[in-house]
Amino acid sequence: MKTIVVFGAASAIAQASARLWAEEKPRFVLIDRSVDRLKIVAEDLRTRGATDVKTITTDLSLLEKHEDIVQQIHTTPVAIYLVAYGTLGNQKAGEKDFAVARQELTTNFISVASLLTEIINDLSIKKATSPTTIAVISSVAGDRGRQSNYIYGTAKAALTSWLSGLRNRLVKEHPHIHIVTIKPGQVDTPMTADFKKGLLWAKPEDVARDIVHAIHKKRDVTYTPWFWRYIMLIIKLIPERIFKRLTL
Amino acid sequence: MSNSSWGNYLPPNQSVHPLLWRTDDLPTSRPLLAFGMGRSYGDVALNEDGTSISTRFLNHFISFNPETGLLRCEAGVSLGEILKFITPKGWFLPVTPGTKFVSLGGAIANDVHGKNHHRAGSFGAYVTQFELLRSNGRITCSSQQNTELFKATIGGLGLTGLITWAEIQLKKAPSRLLAAEATKTEDLTQTIELLTASLPAFEYVIASLDSSARGRKTGRGIVLRGNHLPEEERDNSQEKKYYRPPKFTVPITLPVSLLNSFTIKIFNTLYFYRQIVTKKKYVTHYEPFFYPQDAIGYWNRLYGRNGFLQYQCQVTTEKSGETLHTILQEVAAAGFASPITTLKPLGKKNTPALLSFPRPGFTLAMDFPHAGEKLLNLFQKLDDVVLKAGGSLYPAKDAHMSPAMFRHSYPEAAEFKKYIDPAFSSSFWKRVTKNT
Repeated sequence: MKTIVVFGAASAIAQASARLWAEEKPRFVLIDRSVDRLKIVAEDLRTRGATDVKTITTDLSLLEKHEDIVQQIHTTPVAIYLVAYGTLGNQKAGEKDFAVARQELTTNFISVASLLTEIINDLSIKKATSPTTIAVISSVAGDRGRQSNYIYGTAKAALTSWLSGLRNRLVKEHPHIHIVTIKPGQVDTPMTADFKKGLLWAKPEDVARDIVHAIHKKRDVTYTPWFWRYIMLIIKLIPERIFKRLTL
Repeated sequence: MSNSSWGNYLPPNQSVHPLLWRTDDLPTSRPLLAFGMGRSYGDVALNEDGTSISTRFLNHFISFNPETGLLRCEAGVSLGEILKFITPKGWFLPVTPGTKFVSLGGAIANDVHGKNHHRAGSFGAYVTQFELLRSNGRITCSSQQNTELFKATIGGLGLTGLITWAEIQLKKAPSRLLAAEATKTEDLTQTIELLTASLPAFEYVIASLDSSARGRKTGRGIVLRGNHLPEEERDNSQEKKYYRPPKFTVPITLPVSLLNSFTIKIFNTLYFYRQIVTKKKYVTHYEPFFYPQDAIGYWNRLYGRNGFLQYQCQVTTEKSGETLHTILQEVAAAGFASPITTLKPLGKKNTPALLSFPRPGFTLAMDFPHAGEKLLNLFQKLDDVVLKAGGSLYPAKDAHMSPAMFRHSYPEAAEFKKYIDPAFSSSFWKRVTKNT
């Protein structure tokens, strides 16, 4: 039976992805901050077909807990890890108070890097050889820093770089570990409930379908929905001299 | 997200607040009203000058017993999601309205009915329990527990609190396919006779009328009847032969309505003559049988920026032919036509609901592009006919009913008032209780 581990399991994108997997009757390990929310998600996945759901309540921004969490997870081989937690902090507050910005960088980048290091080191020690995929949700916001959300964007840019380097290293070192970088555009989730929604906004269900597909097809980097690849290509091509004057 | 209604004619002035988890508390602003999928046509799910609580994130299943068919899920789950989940397991909804894009909470709050009302009653009859989030706390309601609020909340138009989750009793239906029959009728008398004659042998019965037909042909149409295929004919592998999910969605609201009296007449005539033979028997998937209009996403946008109004009334069995004839003639005389006109028989009341629309007789539903005063004048005339015949209007579709008409046709409202949560209200409720 397949084991799927979801970090940030109560996030809308993670839930939608897990629902798609649930039909294959896997075993889930769900990690999130709130007991109540984990219970709701676990019941949902069990009802939808999951054979077994284990929950771990913890705050993943606390790095010291990562070793213990990974030990709890690694009791059986894991087929898929989905790293889907993150915060969309207040950019303005982070500009005034660096403590806010640092927390944002820690949650969205430092803690993910720490967690991935723990997972991969532990797999090395255990000499695991079963194929496994680690899918990590980064963001199109990491493709170029913009005034409206560069703190979040910086964390995601660092994350994208880290994943790219890690993927490069693992090809020789641990060829059975596959890394997928997922770059969603704007998604209509509780995290963005207060935003005005336009035509480019995607539903968590659409993003989830792309994530499940990218993992299945062993993609390296995937934009979701697909058109963001081209939007970001254009945005990256704008010369800085012009870009700095734009409000995007 | 403006949380507007399906009729699209009224951009509501309300703040929108999604309830992210069912364990969350109600917002502190007042007054409140839950909002599901926005498929109510009028203002029953609008909360002018209040807060609209979106339930779209309340989309979790809680439990399902494959032996008994008891399903528990959150109120924002749509009937379509439920069907997708239960039909492969050999279960079906005991009652379904004409669209699968309604939330479970909305189906309960409007005590919706379907093509099988004569057999099954309305949705509320299959609700075994639910949790109600009120301004003074949360309680579980069932036929044994908090019975009064249980009855008031089913068909209670969202006014008694917010339903966070509900449990329903499904019915067994081994096949996703149905044996259907479509029969053409020449006039209203024939339509009514055939509908009535179909009730004993058919679980699902509905007629689509050609609202452009005049004179002797008034009330002609196609009577659609069907039954689930029995177990021995279950063949879900054949499903694709009968049904492919549609892909077309109307992308934007058009500035003007594509549906006007000219195009509607063409549409009606084409619909009537599409079927050449008098009687056609066929096997069909449940999707096109129950939800033909769901095949076009956001079809309400075809009516343009002014939106549309639906007139759905109920008329009692006695003199129903006469009353329906008068209504259809009034519509024709006023120069209006409806692209989709449906006539369904209603059986005796079967629901625990205190306030509920279906009563024995027939229900007629017609859609009209919003034409301002002229249309409202017609509705005024139709209201008089309906009231005189002892009928009523369906709140889920209504946008014009007067306080007097509401008082007359829903005498239970006086009793119902006691169970309204003081923190909740709706545009509909303010309208129909004005000056009382």
